[in-house]
Amino acid sequence: MSFYERMMNLDRRWIYLVIGLVVVVTAIWSFTVPLYVTPEVRSIYDYVESLMPGDVLMIGVDYDPSALAELHPMTYAITRQCFARNIKLLLCCLHQNGPGMVEQVIAEVAKEYGKVNGVDYVYMGYKPYPGITILAMGQNFRIPFPEDYYGTPLDSLPMMRNITNFDNVRAIINISAGSGTEYWINYANGRYNAKLAIGVTGVMTSDYYPFLQSKQIFGLIGGMKGASEYEYLAAKGGYISKEKDQLVASKSMPIQTTTHVVIILFIVVGNVGYFMSKRKKQG
Amino acid sequence: MGTTELIWNGVAAFLVLSIYSFLYKDNPFYKFAEHLVVGVSAGYFAMILYYNAFLPKLIHPLSSGQYWYVIPGILGLLMWARFSRKWQWLSRPTLGFVIGSGAGVAIPLYLQNYVLRQLSASMLPVGFSSWPQITNILIIIMVFCALAYFYFSKEHTGVFGGAAKFGIWTLMVGFGAGFGMTVMGRVALLAERVVFLRDYFHQLWNAVF
Repeated sequence: MSFYERMMNLDRRWIYLVIGLVVVVTAIWSFTVPLYVTPEVRSIYDYVESLMPGDVLMIGVDYDPSALAELHPMTYAITRQCFARNIKLLLCCLHQNGPGMVEQVIAEVAKEYGKVNGVDYVYMGYKPYPGITILAMGQNFRIPFPEDYYGTPLDSLPMMRNITNFDNVRAIINISAGSGTEYWINYANGRYNAKLAIGVTGVMTSDYYPFLQSKQIFGLIGGMKGASEYEYLAAKGGYISKEKDQLVASKSMPIQTTTHVVIILFIVVGNVGYFMSKRKKQG
Repeated sequence: MGTTELIWNGVAAFLVLSIYSFLYKDNPFYKFAEHLVVGVSAGYFAMILYYNAFLPKLIHPLSSGQYWYVIPGILGLLMWARFSRKWQWLSRPTLGFVIGSGAGVAIPLYLQNYVLRQLSASMLPVGFSSWPQITNILIIIMVFCALAYFYFSKEHTGVFGGAAKFGIWTLMVGFGAGFGMTVMGRVALLAERVVFLRDYFHQLWNAVF
């Protein structure tokens, strides 16, 4: 077996080991990487900045702990920005294992900013069948969610007095790790013309760029890179700080950088091995 | 970090390492962690559904005298007939209702939002006076070439074959972008867990020594 063939038949565990070592070394030897902000992330940040105190923004949190690494930093950064600017938040969850995710964020950030449940924010909770739930919310939030997550009727919450459906929220930001985003685009934006932006996992990101071009969404935060961009903007705006350990996605970006370099090297080595062994066979 | 949190984070660290041990080979630690994740997720989901859907959408309305809710209740019960070979035909009305209503709601909207609006977004202003106009030309060419690749009623030879080949390259660029983002997503999960382990062992060290 030639050197190139050996390269191509390398036991995958060696690759795991090298990547593991690179990740661990980078995690211990921390450094910062330069960051640039893409227009699709900036448009969401700028839109939230343009809202007036008292405006209502809706956040649909549709992910579970398996996507926490990429999506939780987005939810935290947007929630902090909104609460710092006295923007009211209406939250819901359409992912079966996700209700705890919202509760974790809202409990922590509301405490930081002294925000009151029912006055400054309302968490409506979880309902199954995202498509049907979104269609029903377009008519009236009270149809799928007669009560909030904690069992209080929506009608008895002060914040909900003038809120009936999507017409009464300035925009919706859907942060999702699954097909939930499709439902928000198709039903909230497509059926009710709600202004929509999305934050999705890295795996999903490239699938949703066409909707950005067609203006069905006005912004897109893609994976950990997108989350770190949003954190960068939020930190610049003074809503989050490194000292309080609130730049979670940004903390992992050096690891992303070094690991990507190693993966690219492996791809190059694999391709060189492929072409060289092919040439050898032909020769 | 208190002792309780340290213990629970220790359990989490053990489970993380158990899951990653699969990268070497399958082993009992991995199996234990895997079964725990599946069991906890299923249990959590079942309880969430019970309290957020079954109780408020069926039991509470029925107990408050809204007896017409018995109809979806019966339809739901019929779905359980799928577990019996003899009685599984009973589930067909329920499936028919779900598929029929779902398709009725979804098809027009999908056509509108996934086909027509994407088509209209491909009708772009072209020219050579600005960079966006030039890239718009590229987008239009790529759309047509990618479509040409999926047109199988004409042999892929000559100019048409060339267009179809360029269509493959277009698709490859798309797949490449998808692969790159997928790698980023997977590395993000690993990075977050490694940062968690680093912080945990750092705190454990401080607590012990």
